[in-house]
Formats: sequence, C-alpha cells, structure tokens
Amino acid sequence: MPVRLSLTVNGKPVSADVEPRTLLVDFIRDTLRLTGTHIGCDTAQCGACTIHMNGVAVKCCNMLALQAQGATILTIEGLAMADGTMHPMQAAFRDHHGLQCGFCTPGMVLSAIDLLRRHPHPSEEQIRAELDGNLCRCTGYHNIVKAVQAAAKA
Amino acid sequence: MHAFNYHKATSVADAAAKFAASDEARLLAGGQTLIAAMKMRLSAPADVIDLGGIAELRGVKVEGGNVTIGAMTTHAAVAASKEITRAIPALAALAASIGDPMVRNMGTIGGSVANNDPAADYPAAVLGLDATVITSKRKIAADRFFTGMYETALEPGEIITSLSFPIPKRASYMKFKNPASRYAMVGVLVAQTAGGVRVAVTGAGTCVFRLADMEKALGKSFTPDALQGIKVSASDLNTDIHASAEYRAHLVAVMARRAVAQALSG
Repeated sequence: MPVRLSLTVNGKPVSADVEPRTLLVDFIRDTLRLTGTHIGCDTAQCGACTIHMNGVAVKCCNMLALQAQGATILTIEGLAMADGTMHPMQAAFRDHHGLQCGFCTPGMVLSAIDLLRRHPHPSEEQIRAELDGNLCRCTGYHNIVKAVQAAAKA
Repeated sequence: MHAFNYHKATSVADAAAKFAASDEARLLAGGQTLIAAMKMRLSAPADVIDLGGIAELRGVKVEGGNVTIGAMTTHAAVAASKEITRAIPALAALAASIGDPMVRNMGTIGGSVANNDPAADYPAAVLGLDATVITSKRKIAADRFFTGMYETALEPGEIITSLSFPIPKRASYMKFKNPASRYAMVGVLVAQTAGGVRVAVTGAGTCVFRLADMEKALGKSFTPDALQGIKVSASDLNTDIHASAEYRAHLVAVMARRAVAQALSG
C-alpha cells in the first residue's frame, strides 16, 4: 500500500505517495528527476549515490525513501547558488581536475563536504581514509585529494 | 525487492505490538544490512517495522561506572561521543572503524548486535567488555547473547533497547581488515575488567567467541609477552577466498598481542 512521503529536498518541500519498497535513490532520480545522484554499484559500496540527510552524508541506494520521512535532503543539484556560483567544493574539484569521467563526482563532492564538516583541517591521510566509501573507477584519487585540500583552505 | 507493508513505530511497545500482529515482520534499525538483504531478496518480510522514529532508543549515558548506549544510536554518534571517548576509548575507536562514514551515519549499534554478523565489530565489544544487552523484555549477559552465526538469544519480536558497557580498566580493539571490503578478517578486543581479563574474537569463526587460554595468561601478566607460545586452534575457524583457517588463527594471536600493547600504551 502506498504511503505519503513528505520531505524537504534542496530547500523545497516535496510530497508524494510511494510504494514502501521504493529506495530513496529511485525516489530522487525517478520521481523528482534529480539525476545528478548516481546509481553505481547499487550495493552501498561505491558512494556514487551519496547525498546529505539532515546534514550528514548517507548512501541513498541502501535506504528506503520512507526512512527519509520529514528529513531535509541535499543533493548535488542543491549545492550551487541560485546565480550558478559553484559551492567551494565544486569549484575546487573543477580547479584541480578532481574528476575524469565524472560519474563518482556528485558523491565525492557531497562526501568531501561532510568530511570538512567533521575535520575542517584534514591531513592527506585523513582525506584518503574518510573517502573510503567513495570509489573512483578512473582512479583519479590524487586530484580528488588535492581538490579537498584546496577546498579546506578556501 | 519484494513488496511489503511499512509501519513506523512510535514507541518500543508500539513496535512490539506491530510485530506481534504480523505473520512475518522484520524490524528496521539503520537498515545497512537489512535493506541490502531485501534488495537481493534474501529477506522478504511481509511487514517492515521502522524503529527510526523512536526517540527513546537514541542517546548515550555515562553513570555509575557504566556507559549505556541506546540501540538506535548510530556508529557515527558513538565514534564522535566525547563521553564514550573518555570512558571507553576503545569502544569509540571500534565504532569509528566500522564500514565507511556514510554507513556509520545510518548503521546502529542495536541493529549490528541483533544481526550478529560473523565479521561485525560490535559483537567483539559486547562480549569482550562483558556488556549487558537490555531488551524490551529482559537483560541478557553478553556471554549468553551470541549463540551462533547470525543467531542470538533474542526471541521473535524481542527488541534491543540499549546496551550497557561496564567501564574497563583498559581495553583495545585491533582488527585485520579485508583489504577490499574492510570487514574484519580477524578482530580481537582485549579488556581488563572488574571480573578479570576478557579476550573476544570476531571475524575468525562463525560467531564471536572468547579465548580462555589468553585470558588466563593475561590475568597473570597483562603484557604482549604473556601471549607468546599460546597456540590458537584453527579447527573451528573460517576458510574462504580471503584467508585460510590457519592464517586466521595466526592473525588472532598477532591482533591479540597488538591489542594488549595498545591497551597498555593508551
């Protein structure tokens, strides 16, 4: 039986009836059409589906949409300012070539923002350890680490 | 994932009542194991009862020589808790070593303990620190709680509400991570408690277990050297593509010595 789901996504209130088995990632991509949140491994390993729920990073391929009932969600589409000015982490990824194919990038950026929330001045070792839930199949890790270091100073 | 009916519990009593009313229900904590199992159709309950909205199941309390942690407290909250880091630093460090940051933001201590995955970290803490599992029905000592692979003393519909850890004199947890999954290939928690030294091993066998020989030796002398010469039997340990039983037995000894050394230095 469908259940009413109400939450806030990128600052806007959203409501919809969902089947209980709907994953949050499918709700975000298929219902809200916010396709910047990617499905990579679909098994909570690669981190391409990382979003923020109530201010902390989570993997939305491994949770029900209904687990986000009443929550405040931030996806990659909600990061830049209304005039298109990028979030400092997005700008740092661009400046330091922190992406190659770009598939892992939305998840990497959102994980990295959560990382700086917890560790505002991370060491390189800390950045690498804290990003262990995000896989880049282009293996572009060096520039991703550089981007996070730059964003920490921005 | 197969279809199911979703129920949001408002209290522990409400969750228990909803569970009793179903023929085939599963309790949803953080869902980091259950949702994955349901996606693979390894688990296909008719009813899912979400414990996520029950405020009474969250939080940390330190009093009377015990650290009590609500069942729905996330790994991230345990890892970041200043109170836990002060009282039992090994427990906060163990929580910080589970999965990755996103998994730690969802996964809960109660869910992990109830699931009793053979390679989970928390069972080593519960057994090694001689914790008490507090449920909707009773209190269960750690020694009686873990009964086999993915099996516990919990009855159907019995809900873990909190875990109470006596503050040890010293403790440390050392794990040898699988290089790909980061799960514990072997994890050893060593603790000097009021009731004596305890050594709990996860990842190596089908279920967390204690090592009496090591506990006895460390009871006489709490030093890494006291463990020299103690043979760990490989007979009941796991063999898989990652490690043979013999290698796991070797790792148990190494991790135990490192844990004692770390406990002494911390």
